Amino acid sequence: MNFNATLIGQMITFAIFVWVCMKYIWPPLIAALEERNARISEGLAAAQRGQQDLEEAEIKVKESLNEAKSQAQEIINQAQKRANEIVDEAKEGAREEADKIKVAATADIDQQVTAAREQLRKEVSSIALAGAEQILKREVDAKAHAAVLDDLVAQI
Amino acid sequence: MAGSYANAGEYIKHHLTNLTYGQKADGSWGIAHGADEIAEMGFWSINVDSMFFSIGLGVVFLWLFHRAAKKASSDAPTGWQNFVEMMIQFIDESVRGSYSGKSALVAPLALTIFVWIFLLNLMDLIAVDLVPWLGALMGLPYLKIVPTTDPNITFGLSLGVFALVIFYSIKFKGAGGFFAELAFHPFPKYMMPVNLILEGVTLIAKPVSLALRLFGNLYAGEMIFILIALMYSGGMALGIFGGFLQLGWAIFHILVITLQAFIFMTLTIVYLDMASQTEH
Repeated sequence: MNFNATLIGQMITFAIFVWVCMKYIWPPLIAALEERNARISEGLAAAQRGQQDLEEAEIKVKESLNEAKSQAQEIINQAQKRANEIVDEAKEGAREEADKIKVAATADIDQQVTAAREQLRKEVSSIALAGAEQILKREVDAKAHAAVLDDLVAQI
Repeated sequence: MAGSYANAGEYIKHHLTNLTYGQKADGSWGIAHGADEIAEMGFWSINVDSMFFSIGLGVVFLWLFHRAAKKASSDAPTGWQNFVEMMIQFIDESVRGSYSGKSALVAPLALTIFVWIFLLNLMDLIAVDLVPWLGALMGLPYLKIVPTTDPNITFGLSLGVFALVIFYSIKFKGAGGFFAELAFHPFPKYMMPVNLILEGVTLIAKPVSLALRLFGNLYAGEMIFILIALMYSGGMALGIFGGFLQLGWAIFHILVITLQAFIFMTLTIVYLDMASQTEH
């Protein structure tokens, strides 16, 4: 081993290289690495937050779904009630109408009955008149009268 | 390949000699042609190949990582960017695990050490004869491509770390506190000289062990590659056997070079952590 000025040269070279590395190489690289680390942890935190938000949103969705369901049920119930009311109203109306018609019909029948009775009376009186005419034309015969009267009765 | 050398010893010696530039005995400056000339040059000479590959690979490292640093953003990374970020994360975790204080220097220092030493070590996997052969084509007598097999390089690194250890010790404990740590520990005050020797050795052992561990591992690894390469000149059967050996050693060596770079980095962090801790 013989030592010479190479030793000093190497020391100077070493110092210069370390200085260059310290000044221009290490800082930007380590800064980039640290920045990436920060970004990664930020991203992970964001993912965590997203997960949490999702869970909250799911709960909210469930709640509003339930609410909507109960509202719909209420609306259906109301509608059913209203339908029943309408049916009842219709029934009531129909009954009234029917009553009205019945009353009108009864009045009509009464009128016709009265008219028929009137006519019958007229016919009876005319028949009685005719019978009386026949009786007056003939001799009064009990038997014959009886026969006429029977005939009369049968005609009435 | 060893055919052009007088014997195996010369081949090995040649492959383990650096291309040295300095002042020769006759006063002229130039490249040394042989171990004697290198010895004559003394301290004020320079291993051109070590410095060239060391600086070159360091620049490659800085350029590659700077490209990623320019495009760095917090968006999804792709390709090279991804790899660089993986490295940064790995280094950052190592530093966080071992260094308890806060410092803008330690992490970039660790990154530089790890990647740079890894690249320097990686040159060990290039065929041992290729680079000296290319050097010979360019008229260079020697060309050693693995800078970490040159103790100058490993000591240069470890002494740089050592300087930082001293600086951190004084910065965090104060000069007095640093001296107290060396002088009043582990024995009571009246045993100060013993304490100073013990703690001094501990302190000096840090850079020495750092440098020698790296140098020793890579030097030995290089030596084994060279020895395996020698087998290629020993006939067909030995050559094929050597081929398998080289493959196995290269695969094992991938582990060694990474591990050595990692150990150098981790120990640097640990030493700096010890230096910056006020409580003992």
